[in-house]
Amino acid sequence: MFQTVLLICLFLLTVSFVVALVRIFMRSSTVSDRVLLIDSIGFIIIGMVAILSILLDTTAFLESILLIGILAFLSTIALCRFIERGVVIERKRGD
Amino acid sequence: MSENAVIEWIVAMMVLAGTGITLISSLGVIRLPDVYTRAHATTKSATLGILFILLGAFVYFVYVHHIVSVRLLLGIVFVFLTAPVAGHLIIRSAHRSGVPLADISVRDDLQAYLESVREQAAPQAAGSGAEAVAGSGAGAGDAHSGESSPDGGKG
Repeated sequence: MFQTVLLICLFLLTVSFVVALVRIFMRSSTVSDRVLLIDSIGFIIIGMVAILSILLDTTAFLESILLIGILAFLSTIALCRFIERGVVIERKRGD
Repeated sequence: MSENAVIEWIVAMMVLAGTGITLISSLGVIRLPDVYTRAHATTKSATLGILFILLGAFVYFVYVHHIVSVRLLLGIVFVFLTAPVAGHLIIRSAHRSGVPLADISVRDDLQAYLESVREQAAPQAAGSGAEAVAGSGAGAGDAHSGESSPDGGKG
């Protein structure tokens, strides 16, 4: 019963993953939309890994939760700076 | 044995609640008209859903395996800290790069504020460094976003 509930949750998270992917590849969405949805896909993957580690009864995957979180946050910040100013790393000239 | 069953039910309810909230946020991604309202859907409810799922996993490992997983706790804190910051940054960059609002939106206070700041900074822009030039360049892109193009607003 417990395993069935977890499998259903995994399936529903996959549904919301697919919805985000469809929204990314839609023609009418802007670049900011795509960055937002990539961020939310990172969170969905984190939830999937957590459910999978309950389902497989192991703590081996728990580092990857932290790792995926950090990578999603950093990539979001880099993409935002690129959208806003055209560069990712700014350097001051002259001084 | 029955204690484990109770814990499993609690964990299942938490994971189910988190999944439901994430699913509702993806419904918001489909239905809402522009990027600002969609950010409301994804950053708030998806973060809450993922927190519920991670807390369920934490409770499961504490009570069933008697493991207090510090990595999982650190992951919860990190998601809780970074998700609002990332949402704020995305929306700030979207507004400054001139993504139009939806057709049904009635007022845009940040646009008026940015324009007033730009007018004050305009006389000094000729003499100062690269930052003022970059600011006025972003402003030129912003100024045309008042008339929302039908392409972005359609959703």
